[in-house]
Amino acid sequence: MKFRRMQRIRNFSIIAHIDHGKSTLADRMIQHVHMVTEREFRDQMLDTMDIERERGITIKSQTISLRFPARDGKEYDLNLIDTPGHVDFSYEVSRALASCEGVLLLVDASQGVQAQTLANLYAAMEQDLVIIPVINKIDLPSADLDMVREQIETELGLDSDDAILCSAKEGIGIGDVFEAIISKIPPPNGNEKGELAALIFDANYDPYRGTIVSCRVFDGAVKPGDVIRFMHNQATYKVEEVGVFRLRREPRKQLATGEVGYIISGVKTVSDTRVGDTITLDNRPAATPLPGFKEAKPVVFSSIYPITSEDYLSLAEALAKFKLNDASLEFQKDSSAALGQGFRCGFLGLLHLEIVQMRLEREYDQSIIMTVPSVQYRFNLEDDSEVVVDNPQYYPDQQKIKTALEPFIRASIIIPERYMGAVMKLCMERRASNPRMSYPTPGRIEVTLDMPLAEVIYDFYDRLKTVTQGYGSFDYEVTEYRVSDLVKLDFLVNGEKVDALSMIVHKERAREWGVHVCDRLRDEIPRHQFKVAIQGAIGGKVISRSTVSAFRKDVTAKCYGGDISRKRKLLEKQKKGKLRMKMVGSVEIPQSAFVSVLRTNEE
Amino acid sequence: MGSKSPCLTGYLPESSGLYLHVPFCRSKCPYCDFYSVTSMKEAREWVHCLKREAECYRGFFQTFDTLYLGGGTPSLLNRAQLSEIFSLLHASFTFVPSPEISLEANPDDITQEKLAVCRELGINRISLGVQSFREGELRFLGRRHTAAGAERALEKIRGAGFDNVSVDLMYGLPGQSMSQWLFSLKRALDFQPEHLSCYELTVEEGTAMGRLKAQNRLKLPDEETGRRFFLTTSRFLEKRGYIHYEISNFARSEALISRHNSKYWKHVDYLGIGPGAHSFFQGKRWWNVRSLQHYRALMSQGKLPLEGEECLTEDQLLLETLYFGFRTKRGINLRLLEGDPHMESCAAELEESGLALRRDGRLIPTRRGFLLADSLPLRMVR
Repeated sequence: MKFRRMQRIRNFSIIAHIDHGKSTLADRMIQHVHMVTEREFRDQMLDTMDIERERGITIKSQTISLRFPARDGKEYDLNLIDTPGHVDFSYEVSRALASCEGVLLLVDASQGVQAQTLANLYAAMEQDLVIIPVINKIDLPSADLDMVREQIETELGLDSDDAILCSAKEGIGIGDVFEAIISKIPPPNGNEKGELAALIFDANYDPYRGTIVSCRVFDGAVKPGDVIRFMHNQATYKVEEVGVFRLRREPRKQLATGEVGYIISGVKTVSDTRVGDTITLDNRPAATPLPGFKEAKPVVFSSIYPITSEDYLSLAEALAKFKLNDASLEFQKDSSAALGQGFRCGFLGLLHLEIVQMRLEREYDQSIIMTVPSVQYRFNLEDDSEVVVDNPQYYPDQQKIKTALEPFIRASIIIPERYMGAVMKLCMERRASNPRMSYPTPGRIEVTLDMPLAEVIYDFYDRLKTVTQGYGSFDYEVTEYRVSDLVKLDFLVNGEKVDALSMIVHKERAREWGVHVCDRLRDEIPRHQFKVAIQGAIGGKVISRSTVSAFRKDVTAKCYGGDISRKRKLLEKQKKGKLRMKMVGSVEIPQSAFVSVLRTNEE
Repeated sequence: MGSKSPCLTGYLPESSGLYLHVPFCRSKCPYCDFYSVTSMKEAREWVHCLKREAECYRGFFQTFDTLYLGGGTPSLLNRAQLSEIFSLLHASFTFVPSPEISLEANPDDITQEKLAVCRELGINRISLGVQSFREGELRFLGRRHTAAGAERALEKIRGAGFDNVSVDLMYGLPGQSMSQWLFSLKRALDFQPEHLSCYELTVEEGTAMGRLKAQNRLKLPDEETGRRFFLTTSRFLEKRGYIHYEISNFARSEALISRHNSKYWKHVDYLGIGPGAHSFFQGKRWWNVRSLQHYRALMSQGKLPLEGEECLTEDQLLLETLYFGFRTKRGINLRLLEGDPHMESCAAELEESGLALRRDGRLIPTRRGFLLADSLPLRMVR
């Protein structure tokens, strides 16, 4: 009986290159099992955040349990574990995949195998998962099934006869997808009588219930009333509720071996949990945690300031709320002469930073300025002390620095061979060294290089995408600190230092950055009624400059009955824009200027 | 509602203004974005609709002390049409004993007969669209009259006894030199107009010139040139006794300031009838559809031909008041700024930098302030 229960569970994930239809397929599967009425149905149900919908990427994974009556007459519980889709979140992806027995590898019928398809395939292979290739969008006139089949054979090394053909958009082949999940993906196995071992793969904050932990039970079972223990910090909590994810949470008597669901246990904030941690029972703990736990550490740091100082408290509140649902965000108080009181924040990567910025603005209605991101540097000083600096403001006195160290990464880039030259050029510009090549599949190269982390946090990923026309995939791991020649680059606007623009850069890259930022600021700072001089300087020495000329006339000739409303609306729009300006001396610097300095000239 | 706003009560009670939009032109000028059609065949219907529209507003506004016939080209209307319009207006509206009645005219339409009709009907101010006294410029501007034609028209207007004449001129044309501009300006002054409107050429989207500009085929003067034209014009005319009372408007005395146009800049109530006309009444603004066909259709369905309306919030009223204030010699009532430390310190800054000065309880823009009239309101508000 118990045996049969597990036989009817399948835990799986859908992985795909961006835009190959992952969310659409998920939605169609939900519809297929009639979990929602047509009226309730919104496209891409699983991507609930605006930003996700807009950018077409999944940031926060969501899980759903589908009850499916198979052709064999039995009902199956199919747990679809969604995965976030970006390099910043690769650890979260690996934990989600670790909770599955198999994946659907989605390939677009007209675009074929793409960079992320491959990167995701590797991630799934690492977890030893069963991989079912699914060719999507077969309804498109440009679909080329023979080509895609061949790619699946040669590039992915999978049997293309196993590939399922479907069109998620048109609802074609969805039944076959279900049957394949049941017949090909093995049911979970685990020791039902063993000690509880449940893997946390996600956590969400609910204002009424506290933290909702998403987990996969590998051994044992958990039920309300149990006292559970998080193995990484030994914290214990009493379980209030367990259940599974339907469209809403659905409480159950217990979560048993092989199941995927949630635990509510009075954990106040998401930060009290760690993705990848193992939950066990306090009175009967597992001997060892499940493998693969890693604490996600911030690698990119930037300060967030409110546009107007009165909004500081409201920003503090927003960050605290934000943190409830995003354990990876770290922040502490910070202050700047130019921008006033704010917060220094740590992020998993630049995308994470952008997402936090956007969500603070949209969901928490904050008008903020973010400063130039930095990595964490280490300095050995003359007095033999060591300081760790992630904020250019605390850059030590140059005279007192004995050695400076910066974090290095091992970057792993997978590209079709033809992009090798372009990618190597990009990497060398970014101070990469020691390239190693391997050939995972014919026609593809995996390049591994040592690079300073600082060189990839700006726009490396975007540039890589550009030079490889989207075919490059990129992953990295921080490896070590290396001695480096660093300087602090400051920027002055009409003679006043804007400390929020200061950056720590490698000496050889300083001039380039100086010119770049001065040019950017010239484009971003609106003309004033006086000339605005912008300078980049190291110490007292100016290394770059630009000027915003003054405007002395902006009057419109006509203003009669029909012109007034139109003109006022324009003024209102400009006034709104002005709210996003920061005064430095008498110069108004738009919020966008602080962010724009990070963009490259190619854009 | 808005009637309590300090932005609306800063003036002595004043009668309303009446605007009538005449949507007909013989030809379209490439820079103009006022609504008009080039065929008069719907004129009869239009007059008919005007009558009904006027009736709708009967009793809405108390008295009018100005009437402005604008367009389009109101001088295209013949005696019968003008008479009919005046009688329909008098049938629905009450005017003070000696209202200011202006008519916009094209020099080509000025005949002794037409001027006689105007006088009979009580029109006492002619605004003549001359634009330039140089043939090349007139052709560039797509005007149908010649420089000589404009001079003859001015002589006729004077001959017919009109003692309130305004001349419209344009500067800042592509390639125009300062002396070329001053030539036209001086020529206009030969007729000692009571009023001058000097507009910098502004290229609007949706006009023929707008399309040329979008294709990069129109080289307009740069900001510095525009600035020199503006300052020179202002100094030149003030030296000759004109009051530079609004960005583009000059009057030979306080009494000759356009009473009607000033209402727009003081939030005084006005009613506009005809397609595309705008109205304002105690903080509320509404405007008619910009299409003769659509206007007629709505009227025939018994509806007001409205395209949009808005009720101004206190913030919007303030923004407009500041905007108008920096565009006119009247300036801004300092009482409006009282108690707002940001606005008060801004006012002090403007004074210090020579963009405005305080006089008689008002903050008055200087000539240099006029040049920045579009951005100064934004400096004041937060």
